[in-house]
Amino acid sequence: MIAENVAFGIIAAAMALGALGVVRTKNVVHAALYLVVVLAGGAAQFILLGQEFVAWVQVLVYIGAVIVLFLFGIMLTRAPMHPKDSLDNDLRWPAAVTALFLVGILVGLLVHTFHADKIHLNGPVRTADITNDIFTTYIIPFEVVGVLLLGALIGAVVLARKD
Amino acid sequence: MLLNEFLILAAFLFCTGVYGVLARKHAVLVLMSVELMLAGVNINFVAFGAFHNDRIGQVFALFVLTIAAAEVGIGLAIVLLIYRNLHSADLDDVDTMKG
Repeated sequence: MIAENVAFGIIAAAMALGALGVVRTKNVVHAALYLVVVLAGGAAQFILLGQEFVAWVQVLVYIGAVIVLFLFGIMLTRAPMHPKDSLDNDLRWPAAVTALFLVGILVGLLVHTFHADKIHLNGPVRTADITNDIFTTYIIPFEVVGVLLLGALIGAVVLARKD
Repeated sequence: MLLNEFLILAAFLFCTGVYGVLARKHAVLVLMSVELMLAGVNINFVAFGAFHNDRIGQVFALFVLTIAAAEVGIGLAIVLLIYRNLHSADLDDVDTMKG
């Protein structure tokens, strides 16, 4: 029980620092690498919760594909590695106030609602059960998401093509 | 483990993403901040799934992952188009329709 909490604390601290790095760093490539820390930390938290399948999908899809897409986007837009002017706009302080306000409200509500609710883990969730759920109960959303991905793929090709 | 640990971590990630979306100027960085928000939402789904001993949380997290991948694909194509037309990926320069 203590080991779990210690592991959670370490991973959560790394994720929080990575998230702050994403929104604070002055180098666009570093932001992508900080995002890797956050997403890998998320996958580690999923494993801590015994939800193995979604953790590995997160590693494959996010770290394997989405980050690579981001790096390609950074290269193709020739993002400045050492920008002379700031990467932030003039809204930094209003944005900080909004975010702090939101985090205050959310944490207050969460502490009020779930103050001491504990997660009782009964071993890892089997991948076979997840896939059974997806291919029986949730087969229609699954197919719709497949069509959506196809639409997004064709749309991205049409948008980015040189004509 | 307390459920709140995960929920507060997710709330923090979400709010950091909100800050990034509002304060960042480069379009790719705004998309990265949106990914931060989605990562926070995913942690919520999985934590509640584990809390209720229900697999639906994991299934929904997978759907969120898929939508996020589609969103990044389309988003980066749009950013590329903006860069090609304006020779800059700064969202402050996209003000053609400003009155």
